[in-house]
Amino acid sequence: MTQVTDPRAGTATSRAGSRHWRSQSAYLGVLPFLVFSGLFLLYPTYNVVSGAFKNNENEFSTAALSEAFHSSITIHAFKNSLVLSLWTAVAGSILGGLFAWALVTGKKEGYFYRFSIALSSVLAQFGGVMLTFAFLATFGFNGVISTLAMKVMPSSFLADSAWLYGLNGLIVVYTFFQIPLMVLVFLPTIENLRPQWREASDSLGGNSREYWTRIGIPVLTPSFAGAALLLFVNSFSAYATAATLINLTSFLTPLQIATALSSEVGGANPAEAKALSFIMIVVVTFVMALYALLRRRVTKWEANR
Amino acid sequence: MRRNIVAFSKFTRGSVVAVLAVTLAIPALGINTASGAVNYGTVKNLAAAGGINKLIAACQKEGQLNVIALPHYWANYGDMIEGFKAAYGVKVDEANPEGSSQDEIDAANTNKGTSRSPDVFDIGIAIADKYAGTGTFAPYKVKLWNYLTGAAATSPTGEFTPDYTGTLTIGYDGSLGTITKLDDLLLPKFKGKIALNGDPMGSSTGLNGVFMINKALGGTFDDVSKAVAFFKKLKDLGNFINVNPTEATIASGQTPVVIDNGYVQAGVQKQMAAAGKSWKMFTPALVGSTYNMAISAWAPHPACGRLWLEYALGETGAKIFAIGGATPALWVWLVKTGRAPAEGIAAIGKSKVAATKASADQSSAARVYLKTAWPAAVGS
Amino acid sequence: MKRTWKVQAWRRFIIGFVGLYLMVPLYSMFDFSTKPFLIADSGRNLRSWRIIPSQPDLGIAVLRSMITAGIVMLLILFMIVPTVIWVQLKLPKLVRPLELLCLLPLAIPAIVIVVGIAPLYRWISINLSESPITLAGVYSMLILPYTYRSLSAALDAVDIHTLAEAAQTLGASTFRMISGVIMPTIRTGIINGSFIAIALVLGEFTISNILNFKTFQVVIAQIGRTSGNVAVSVSLASIIFVLVLLLLVPATKRRAAVLDVDLA
Repeated sequence: MTQVTDPRAGTATSRAGSRHWRSQSAYLGVLPFLVFSGLFLLYPTYNVVSGAFKNNENEFSTAALSEAFHSSITIHAFKNSLVLSLWTAVAGSILGGLFAWALVTGKKEGYFYRFSIALSSVLAQFGGVMLTFAFLATFGFNGVISTLAMKVMPSSFLADSAWLYGLNGLIVVYTFFQIPLMVLVFLPTIENLRPQWREASDSLGGNSREYWTRIGIPVLTPSFAGAALLLFVNSFSAYATAATLINLTSFLTPLQIATALSSEVGGANPAEAKALSFIMIVVVTFVMALYALLRRRVTKWEANR
Repeated sequence: MRRNIVAFSKFTRGSVVAVLAVTLAIPALGINTASGAVNYGTVKNLAAAGGINKLIAACQKEGQLNVIALPHYWANYGDMIEGFKAAYGVKVDEANPEGSSQDEIDAANTNKGTSRSPDVFDIGIAIADKYAGTGTFAPYKVKLWNYLTGAAATSPTGEFTPDYTGTLTIGYDGSLGTITKLDDLLLPKFKGKIALNGDPMGSSTGLNGVFMINKALGGTFDDVSKAVAFFKKLKDLGNFINVNPTEATIASGQTPVVIDNGYVQAGVQKQMAAAGKSWKMFTPALVGSTYNMAISAWAPHPACGRLWLEYALGETGAKIFAIGGATPALWVWLVKTGRAPAEGIAAIGKSKVAATKASADQSSAARVYLKTAWPAAVGS
Repeated sequence: MKRTWKVQAWRRFIIGFVGLYLMVPLYSMFDFSTKPFLIADSGRNLRSWRIIPSQPDLGIAVLRSMITAGIVMLLILFMIVPTVIWVQLKLPKLVRPLELLCLLPLAIPAIVIVVGIAPLYRWISINLSESPITLAGVYSMLILPYTYRSLSAALDAVDIHTLAEAAQTLGASTFRMISGVIMPTIRTGIINGSFIAIALVLGEFTISNILNFKTFQVVIAQIGRTSGNVAVSVSLASIIFVLVLLLLVPATKRRAAVLDVDLA
């Protein structure tokens, strides 16, 4: 496909015209994606968002939203969801980031590397009833580790499985799929830390700490933040794992949404589900805005260095 | 010319009369000339379907039955589905086994017009009442409809029909001893072991579990505060865990004490027995719920849907339910006429005492109360 | 990177810790699935594993899910990656909105996405096809957050403006520039994004379950209903299956020699 030369573009001297046409044609490039995402992403999102502003009889109403804002249960669930997402994002990004570094410092494209990537892909998607069971079978009553702990360290928290059945347990379980996810999305960046930079830093007399604080971390931070953001949102909307481990509607926002959708005992309230989802989207947009701010700061700082 | 016309017109007159006579006779003779077949989507009873054999033939022509939210361990549905498959040689497509009653109706609406839409529902009374008269169900009265306990009271038109009743019970690993009274659950040996199936806010089983404990403590359906206080005590002691019990967690010993429907516990008992372990049941109070079967108004396989109801609500189905620990709606009649199968009696007894049930209003009121009280008691 | 003993020790420790974190729960699952359950079992056995191959629907479901994964891969390579590159190159103002759009599928729980997309799939089922392969449409949107992040991470470290200019100065067409010059530089990003997409398609359960499509995971769950042991073993089997599948996908080692120029 050769470059489009449009007669309206004019000669090289009439730069305004040609630039305008070129920038307009650039939008054509995103058309297929826009159509596709319009159908399979924006349309369902619109259904959800518009449903948040209706009541269950399909009339315009902000009742569902205002109820959500004033309900102490909803606020408690949101708080738990945010805390959970924050902690798992931090734990997952740090552990995953470190593991990605460990991969990069090893043999590139070796067996271990390829195996880690493949395994990370699978485990990043692993969740739900089975993941909860895996942790119950490990740390729960009668579990592999807890029986071991009872023999070796009977007074430690590992011997008593109570910690697993609360928020702390959920954080540990969620981190299980956050780590591989981080590895996958952060690896491309860390791979691009060129060895030449390290060599340059070393040859100029800098030690390891200086390399990391002056070169390594600043280069990695934007991507790291983006990956951590992904982890945060991933944890925020995860549902199936929590539903099995903590069977309590009011504990997390997705659990509340699920009950609002499929309650058998009169709690079914699709408008509430959509209102809560709308609030979740707003929260995610807000966190993304913070992230965008962070990146702009970093770019400015880099430009001013 | 005139002679021909007269002859012709006589002939025409005669043939017109003949055709009219035949046309008027057709409805009287029951011949359907339009498609040559009965529209099973609107058939309201076995007679309109043309008898059981016609129904079976029609179902076999359709070739498949779509069921939804029927776990195999629930009221012995595993055997019910296998029995249906074996008896009539049709495929059974099982969707979303862990779905709730609301999920069943939602699935029908979501997949309306496709071949994946469910044909039949098995729903709680709250959801059945919610959608009664909305055109979601196709009314159908099975052959033995008049002998089903509560069928007329539940829905006089047969929009949905009670199929089985179950009582809640506390099932537990036999190696933990024997529970004789409710307060036994407060003992230290049950630390971290007691689980409730479902959250009372969303699951009727969970709510009925709360009602059962409540009744055992002397409370009524209108006020569940006694049960909430008891659960709070259990949670504070660390005996109660919020985990949702599944077959795997029971088999692996993660949830050795489960508050669940009796007909589910019966399945667990059998599985444990096969492994040489014992699973005992303790019922502190009789609280139960009745589920109802209904046919989807836009069922992709209407004949099979109706055949399923005839099968499950008939004597064969009643026997399967009974063995599974659920009291079939037909049970009172079967016991009275001496047709109750021995294995069924062994499993659920001849008792005609129905467990008390909460009304839809009481459930809603309890749910509103529990919305704040339950997380306060067992939340974290 | 200098491989001092400190770096080595750190590396070993991290790999060990994360490795244990991920492997021990999986081992617990395996441990349970081989436990003797029936009286007839004498000791550990693979009984719950042996049931798996005999399930009739499994083969078709695997095939269908793999075809769906293939379609999603095509959509990634021919629609998503070029769009992301295009936006970075030509429409910088759209970068943040695109990022937000790509994060949207993750902001909404799957159970709500189903509610939103059900009418569309009803139409598709009635008018186009009832095959589970139509799920490729919604799946390609579900993978967006992960794939976009992976691509973006790769693009962050590459100065594609310089690359693009260089390529165009040398006479490359837009198509050649994107496919032949830029895409190879972000190879790791594309590969990782593709791997996670394949794993997602083969691991997705919620949406296909509610829409009653018989995909790989739905059939896996069906098999798992036999008993607790089988549920666990079949889940592990599905993990191993996808793992092997991904290991077989060739991550081509083509070296784009022309790009071994240090642009830093």
